[in-house]
Amino acid sequence: MTPFVDVAFLILTFFIMATKFKPEEPVEIKTPNSVSTKDLPDNDALQVTFDSTGRVFFSVLSEKDRTIKYNVIKHINETRTLGLTEAEMQNFARTPSVGVPFSGLKQLLAIPVEDQKNFKQPGIPLDTLGGELYYWIRDAVGTFTGKKLQYLIKGDNSAKYPAFKQVLNAFKKNDIFKFQMITMLEDAPAGSELDIIRRKQKAGK
Amino acid sequence: MASIDEGGGGGHKKGPGVKKAKKLSTRVDMTPMVDLGFLLITFFIFTTTMSSPTTMELYMPKDTDKDEDLNKAKASGALTIMLGKDNHIYYYEGELANDASNFKQATFSPNSIIRGPGDSVLSIRSVIIRKKKWVIDNHQHDAGCEKIWAKNGGDKKSCLDKDLVVVIKPGDEATYKNTVDMLDEMAINDVKRYAMVDLFPTEKELIKATESAGK
Repeated sequence: MTPFVDVAFLILTFFIMATKFKPEEPVEIKTPNSVSTKDLPDNDALQVTFDSTGRVFFSVLSEKDRTIKYNVIKHINETRTLGLTEAEMQNFARTPSVGVPFSGLKQLLAIPVEDQKNFKQPGIPLDTLGGELYYWIRDAVGTFTGKKLQYLIKGDNSAKYPAFKQVLNAFKKNDIFKFQMITMLEDAPAGSELDIIRRKQKAGK
Repeated sequence: MASIDEGGGGGHKKGPGVKKAKKLSTRVDMTPMVDLGFLLITFFIFTTTMSSPTTMELYMPKDTDKDEDLNKAKASGALTIMLGKDNHIYYYEGELANDASNFKQATFSPNSIIRGPGDSVLSIRSVIIRKKKWVIDNHQHDAGCEKIWAKNGGDKKSCLDKDLVVVIKPGDEATYKNTVDMLDEMAINDVKRYAMVDLFPTEKELIKATESAGK
């Protein structure tokens, strides 16, 4: 039995190492596939998520430095005069993503992070000019001065195009034109031009 | 577990006939530990997501009101792809004819659907590949473009398909997946110039008419 147990513990070690705990998102998103191979950044990125019903969520990705998230909410609290307490702002730093109008933010942040998933978030209000998402992006970008920020868009397969367009508009209003869409990796179809190019690159190495 | 040998201590002399204390086994029962190990394995297997997400880049142009800022595309090299509801996809090459004779339907599936002689729905990939080939075949020598590429250390061949422009027009009913699939198709077929814009009212009408006629 000993070799068997040895192997089992080896596998266990592997899985412990390989597991990366992601904070639980308030919505489940099935992202589309793409042939892109670029990795997802963990730090210095803003992520806008929209689900199949068009609800929009906003999150700040900063695994390394939690204080950035705190600074973002502090900035927004000032510019939008939300009247958040210190504890609520600290709570935001632990919240994975928010999808409530500014008027409902205080109510959401009063709930501890673990219980937030039971709170039905209506999504950040959007219109053709960007809506409240515009202010979220503007104030978050202002906090990150001096850092290269990446903009992630995560959308659900069955979301409709207008939702995507409105999210893009909110970014465009902030003079941001370069985005990264979160997708799942898929192989380039055999025989396609990309497939040929990639094969050549591999052979050249 | 480890027993301490007290041999000689206490003044007892173990003579013959005195029963020796049974030596305790040093082996530990490992079964509970192994059970726990497997429980953890199961837990980690379920929580691990093996395929990590990737990102796909998208560059959007700045909205501009000035006409001179807009890139004029050569009509002959343009391919307009429109996305409708229920994964329907339509395209036309060049400019839309007044009688909409060049407005055609295509499919997302990699293989074309042949409905009958002379009546088939081409896969959008084959349409893009065909268009690209056509643009390359009809390429007019452009010294200016080649010069730019040579200066940047690029391949002169990149000029061959410089007139190819794919315009992606997702409709209001198109899904995000369709849109990303289409952008992905640009990467798959190595289309360098493409744009994502809104549908014209005439195109909206055509799609509506086609979709209601198909039912």
